[in-house]
Amino acid sequence: MISYIFWFLSFTAVFSALATILSKNPVHSVLYIIVTFFSIAGHYFLLNAQFLAAVHIIVYAGAIMVLFLYVIMMLNLNRLEKEKTQNWMKLLSVVSAGLLMLVMVSAVGRASLMAGAGQPDETMGLTQALGQVLYRDYLLPFELSSILFLSAMVGAVYLSKKEPTTPPL
Amino acid sequence: MEMLTYKILLCVIVFALSLGIAAYMTWGERKIAAILQDRVGPNRAGPLGLLQPLADGIKMFMKEEMIPGQSNKWLFILGPSFFMLTACMTGVVIPWGSGITVGDTVYPMQITDINIGLLYLLGVVSIGVYGIMIGGWASNNKYSLLGALRASSQMISYEVAMGLSLIALVMTTGTLNLGEIAAQQDAGWANVVYQPLGFLIFLVCAFAETNRAPFDLPECESELVGGYHTEYSSMKLGFFLFAEYINMFISSAVMATLYFGGYNFPFQHALGLEGNWLAVVQTAVLFLKISAFIFLFMWVRWTLPRFRYDQLMNLGWKVLLPLSLANIFITGIVMWLTGKLG
Repeated sequence: MISYIFWFLSFTAVFSALATILSKNPVHSVLYIIVTFFSIAGHYFLLNAQFLAAVHIIVYAGAIMVLFLYVIMMLNLNRLEKEKTQNWMKLLSVVSAGLLMLVMVSAVGRASLMAGAGQPDETMGLTQALGQVLYRDYLLPFELSSILFLSAMVGAVYLSKKEPTTPPL
Repeated sequence: MEMLTYKILLCVIVFALSLGIAAYMTWGERKIAAILQDRVGPNRAGPLGLLQPLADGIKMFMKEEMIPGQSNKWLFILGPSFFMLTACMTGVVIPWGSGITVGDTVYPMQITDINIGLLYLLGVVSIGVYGIMIGGWASNNKYSLLGALRASSQMISYEVAMGLSLIALVMTTGTLNLGEIAAQQDAGWANVVYQPLGFLIFLVCAFAETNRAPFDLPECESELVGGYHTEYSSMKLGFFLFAEYINMFISSAVMATLYFGGYNFPFQHALGLEGNWLAVVQTAVLFLKISAFIFLFMWVRWTLPRFRYDQLMNLGWKVLLPLSLANIFITGIVMWLTGKLG
């Protein structure tokens, strides 16, 4: 039963990930990537990482992709920017994607694929266990990364703020 | 195996109840609107107009099905379907009663008792906006698109304050499990006593998340014709309208469970009722509480005028968000002073 669910989720994840990059319509891409997120959340559930699965859905599918969809819908209103890819852009993207693939291949090559064969800790993915790891054992790195996020947010707000050239009406 | 059959049966019951209650909520809304405006309300179909939802349903099915020519057909159909699906998904984590004992087995009145019930709830709420967004975009209509954009930004904005108000509740209860939260309120006070501000924030956010007046900007008739469902007709429009009522029912159930004791009621153990009878009375009390909240939803709708969009955003980000953060802070300090922090 579990393995059937696993194969179903894996197939959905790979199919929708491919469809994300292959579909011409950006709105379809966003919808496919949401399906990908759901199937990955399903994998988390299979591993009994309930908290991770729920947060994955809330944060990625529920917030970030809504904003993506929001922006794409706004841009789609005026079909100004057609694909204007130049040759040097294509070359650059091929080179950077190749470098990324090199990193991935070397990472996968070094990892031992049999590492998951042991019995994982069943309670690790539950909220309580995760909370204790984050807020007791690794409190400082956790808080530091949250400050990093905060500074990024402040920066974004500052950049998007218009300078008042004329007094508001 | 027997348990699985029971759970499936419970699923069907909750689904049917949601639909039935949502249907009669449309009747209730008209009657309440009529009372508040000193009118009679629906009184033609059946006694007191009680058959009105049935007549409405038949009318919805019989209307011509229109799909705009320039629209994206699949997404146009997917929109209302997804909105309805997410509306029906939330009922599974709500404890509808304490459980019926037959023989040796206890049959819980909650479909799944997952550990992360509250997070599941927030997750379903956060993906609920896709139905509106997809439907509004696929209609290929400027009013629909504007309605969809309004809906998405409104829902995202109020989700933040909603989640933060729930965090203060989680701090005092110490669990994300809705069944446990309901059971905890048996012994002590209802959570609203400990979290009055949190409840108020949650209530306002629930109005905004269900797109109810005074926050029904996504379907603001005076500016957007019909908002995100301008192009919809027949039962697809019915799904959008119907899902709103289901959302209202479910959020009333959530508020009753989280803040008002769930199926518990004062002096319930002093009644001298035995196990199963008590469970039946408890479920009835829960539905009474839910009805009270539904009445509140309708009362507010027919009392308050609609907000302007900038007022809506200011309320969400500049009032509710700081208030909910302050609520977390105060809750933490009080828990620290009273030695409740473990």
